[in-house]
Amino acid sequence: MGINRRNFFRALGVTGVALSAGKELNAVPEKGNDIEFYGILYDSTRCVGCQSCEVACALAHGLPEPDPEDYPVPGTTRKANESRRTVVNSFEHEELGEIFVKSQCMHCNQPACVSACLTQAMHKTEEGPVIWRDKKCMGCRYCMVSCPFDVPKFEYHSSNPDIVKCDMCFDRIKEGELPACVGDCPAEALTFGPRRELIKEARRRIYENPDMYYDGIYGEHEAGGTGYLYLSPVPFEELGFNTRLQKKSYPELTKGFLYSVPSVFILWPAMLLGIHNATRKNSKSSDDHE
Amino acid sequence: MSKYIPTPKDNDGQPVFKFWLSSLKPHGKVFTPFNMISVPIMMVGIVIIVIRFVKGIGAVTNLSQDVPWGLWIGFDVVTGVAFAGGAYVVTFMVYILNIQKYKPIVRVTVLNGFLAYVFYAGALLLDLGKPWNVINPVIGNNFGVSSVLFLVAWHFLLYMIAQLIEFSPTIAEWLGAKKARKVLAGMTVGAVIFGITLSTLHQSGLGALYLMAKEKIHPLWYSEFIPILFFVSSIFAGLSMVIFEGSISQKVFFEQISEKNRKSHDGILHGLSKICGFTMLVYFFLQIVVFVHGKNWAYLGSRMGAWYLTEMIGFVIVPMILWFVAYRKRNINLVKITAVVTMIGIIINRLNITVIGFKWDAVNHYVPSWMEIVVTLTVLCFEMWIFRWIVRRMPVLRESPSWVPTDH
Repeated sequence: MGINRRNFFRALGVTGVALSAGKELNAVPEKGNDIEFYGILYDSTRCVGCQSCEVACALAHGLPEPDPEDYPVPGTTRKANESRRTVVNSFEHEELGEIFVKSQCMHCNQPACVSACLTQAMHKTEEGPVIWRDKKCMGCRYCMVSCPFDVPKFEYHSSNPDIVKCDMCFDRIKEGELPACVGDCPAEALTFGPRRELIKEARRRIYENPDMYYDGIYGEHEAGGTGYLYLSPVPFEELGFNTRLQKKSYPELTKGFLYSVPSVFILWPAMLLGIHNATRKNSKSSDDHE
Repeated sequence: MSKYIPTPKDNDGQPVFKFWLSSLKPHGKVFTPFNMISVPIMMVGIVIIVIRFVKGIGAVTNLSQDVPWGLWIGFDVVTGVAFAGGAYVVTFMVYILNIQKYKPIVRVTVLNGFLAYVFYAGALLLDLGKPWNVINPVIGNNFGVSSVLFLVAWHFLLYMIAQLIEFSPTIAEWLGAKKARKVLAGMTVGAVIFGITLSTLHQSGLGALYLMAKEKIHPLWYSEFIPILFFVSSIFAGLSMVIFEGSISQKVFFEQISEKNRKSHDGILHGLSKICGFTMLVYFFLQIVVFVHGKNWAYLGSRMGAWYLTEMIGFVIVPMILWFVAYRKRNINLVKITAVVTMIGIIINRLNITVIGFKWDAVNHYVPSWMEIVVTLTVLCFEMWIFRWIVRRMPVLRESPSWVPTDH
């Protein structure tokens, strides 16, 4: 035989192990690194639906100025899209009147989009915001398929399309400033801070005004915990929140599959080679010329 | 390559340049029905592809912010790769289990698999927003190793190489490169083992892609067992494609196939139908386990439930029984019909997960645009053109040249 079969297998083995090694879910913060993620607490009992956050967001990120005619109306759902990263919606309630809800990226602790991204374009920063990086993205839109909140948007009508989503004003946070929406909120409905502090604050508000709030913080456990946290006067499903989401993080769902990859890569070739050798004698002609 | 000048005996004594030139000329009739249909489709398809790159994906597709993956992924890639699964199953039987019976179909199956991957990867490029960044997960420090798509992308790449190695002796025989053929043939078993391992992982990996879309896929189709179901179904999907394609090739490339292989073909199909029947039995059993495990009884009464039952009864139980009947009665026509039913079932199953059951509860359902369908057909036509080009020139279906040792 012309080529040394054993060497060939060795090369294959090395490739296989190299490929399968180090399959760690990179969305998990490193152990021993005690940095607390920053987050934003949104209190819908305080929100007046003025859309200042929408305008501030558009200005901060160079997006088209929001249409003043387009305001929240109960019964209709406004959605974020490639030209707006955050929107406020309104819901009619019998006793409480209009309730407003702001929506944007939830900045999950272990984001599905980040673990879905095969180029590390989606990135969970140490500070907490989940950001998207233009140079790395190949536009496969797997982040959109995976995101349980349907947050990432895609520029379908561009020849060089970007993924558009809230980045919690990561550049401003690094400079020590507040995210644009938080800074411009006149009703103090938005609070920026370390996630742990925000949960404490949210609990305090519920504890001090139990009649005003629904007893629960959306985002504390949903999808494994999110950077954005919500307080509401009514159960969250009445405000269009998806309360069916699992409490475990979404990357957990693919973990089992990914962890099985190294085993298959080690066991399969060995097994197949074994069967090949065991059955070779069955066909007499097969190795005559070697 | 100049070292391997085709020998006079093998290529009628033409010099290399003339040899390539003559290779480019059509070897069959020009105005065949297939050509008459495929050429207009391909021309329209190319125009649409140009529009897509100038104006963006939204200009030609019905994709939306809610449904980011449509026909090009759900059919071209996810379904197409399942159909290409025949290559790993047949190479497993011939090179690993050493069942010589299936040897006559190895080359054509591997060629089919290879072309399928090349063209489906090509279709994937059309669907990428920034296709120039497709090299990012391959080179540089952009390894998103926690991504199932990263695994699938790498496996596509490596499996294409493995299949090229598996097929390469055929190319060497065509070029009359004796030394190269010997070296390449020696690599076959290694490539096969590597290829089967890769196939196991990415056939299931295509299903695992959808694991994170837990709430978006209808509960009747979503389960944590999607990867296993995808892997098992790729066995009979691939073999059905082998039967389907083989039956057509027997007619279209009649003059290429030796008397011996023509006679053995029915026996091969019967063997494959038995394998299909048993794998489908396993698949059906798995589906029942998944269904019971998911406690999905309540959904059966709904419209999606009826559709689910249609898939399970009409396209799993029925073909499963038909496979066994066809095998017992040695009915070759029934084998071919069952292969088609099975293939339709696979298309339905893959589309149910990727398109039909994806965001089934959304207000605006995704329906592919006619342009998406034309581009899909264009990809298929290109693939068939290349397939025909190769089969007419290389010893894929016909016997190897006389200088080739008999067993490989």
